[in-house]
Amino acid sequence: MINKVVKNVEEALQGVESGMEFMLGGFGLCGIPENSIAQLVKLEVTDLTCISNNAGVDNFGLGQLLQKRQIKKMISSYVGENDEFERQMLSGELEVDLIPQGTLAERCRATGAGIPAFFTPAGYGTEVAEGKETREFNGKMYVLEHAFNPEFAFVKAWKGDTAGNLIFKGTARNFNPMMAMAGKITVAEVEELVEVGELDPNQIHTPGIFVQRIFQGKDYEKRIEQRTVTPKV
Amino acid sequence: MALNKTQIAQRIAQELQHNWYVNLGIGIPTLVANYIPKGIDIEFQSENGLLGMGPFPIEGTEDADLINAGKQTVTILQGGSLFDSAMSFAMIRGQHVQLTVLGAMEVAQNGDISNWKIPGRMVKGMGGAMDLVASADNIIVAMMHTNKRGESKLLKKCSLPLTGVGCVKKVVTNLAVLDVVEDGFKLLERAPGVTVEEIKNATEGNLIIDGEIPEMDL
Repeated sequence: MINKVVKNVEEALQGVESGMEFMLGGFGLCGIPENSIAQLVKLEVTDLTCISNNAGVDNFGLGQLLQKRQIKKMISSYVGENDEFERQMLSGELEVDLIPQGTLAERCRATGAGIPAFFTPAGYGTEVAEGKETREFNGKMYVLEHAFNPEFAFVKAWKGDTAGNLIFKGTARNFNPMMAMAGKITVAEVEELVEVGELDPNQIHTPGIFVQRIFQGKDYEKRIEQRTVTPKV
Repeated sequence: MALNKTQIAQRIAQELQHNWYVNLGIGIPTLVANYIPKGIDIEFQSENGLLGMGPFPIEGTEDADLINAGKQTVTILQGGSLFDSAMSFAMIRGQHVQLTVLGAMEVAQNGDISNWKIPGRMVKGMGGAMDLVASADNIIVAMMHTNKRGESKLLKKCSLPLTGVGCVKKVVTNLAVLDVVEDGFKLLERAPGVTVEEIKNATEGNLIIDGEIPEMDL
């Protein structure tokens, strides 16, 4: 088996430079690559373009990179939980491309699947479609959307093996599998790194072919944004 | 009396049909799940990658890896399933979800909807709303009839950036149930005690009143 293991996050992020375009998995704070983000903060790389559904919260997730002004441009679908983000965007310090969530997901998927562009109905007739090619199919209008071209994709999985096969847990899967497919270099951090043979091949979500580097993550905070519960009776 | 938000959700729940897959937006729409009529099986889809969404977890059992699209901790029911975001939106775009309920800042009489941006003031993003409204056959908007300044949210034409064009089929507000038809908002029901005159005054768009308008039955 091809071994994808790197010994730590420092090694996993080798080659990361200022000005690069990255994909970062996660939905809200669920399933975000916490270790890789912390390392990006430490590396002090700047002028980054980050493709991520959300932008973290003020002091966690991508919010940490925003606080340090390391991000030049965000490509996201929803950024409502981050005041610093909204401030930087409204003041024009931060470039922002807001795109429909399904379009974002499909653009990530297309990137890794060798599909340069596709038509989607989302955003037709809105400012999202301005300047884009539109076309009618079966009486309905569609907008042409393109794949991305990220240098690195940072994803987080529940379990992974040394061959780079990944299994996600719950709704922490979200954008991670498509982004894993899309990176020129995909870095996977996992809660539990196991030997080959320990994961059931029937249960693999992301085959190791899409992963270039995998490492055992540590100190996961897994913060909850909205703790909603049913009281014990 | 005008309805409160819970009652708006209760009224929308009457629209649910047996064996439907339903996507509920954030806010009032989320409350619809609490009022599923007896004898009706519904599965809720959450676009972050969950079908068969259940109620909030019992205190102490919440899991950071199991949330809904509003980032709230939730549970998954027996028979539920988990998937990635591309598959989730394949369900939505591919019209496998029968009903979408979402909130709005404005709805126009031609079915246009605005709910994601106030230029220069509030930009949170559209999330999955643009995909949902572009594809769902059946879209119900849940909202207050007027905004905080007392201005109508049912308009001739939306003033805010659009989320989707010509897509809203039905609107349930604190005052009324209305269908979006060819030439305007067709008034179907009034909130208990609310007069047609009050609804007329609160509606900027073309209001179609055809015969006696019954009160909602909650």
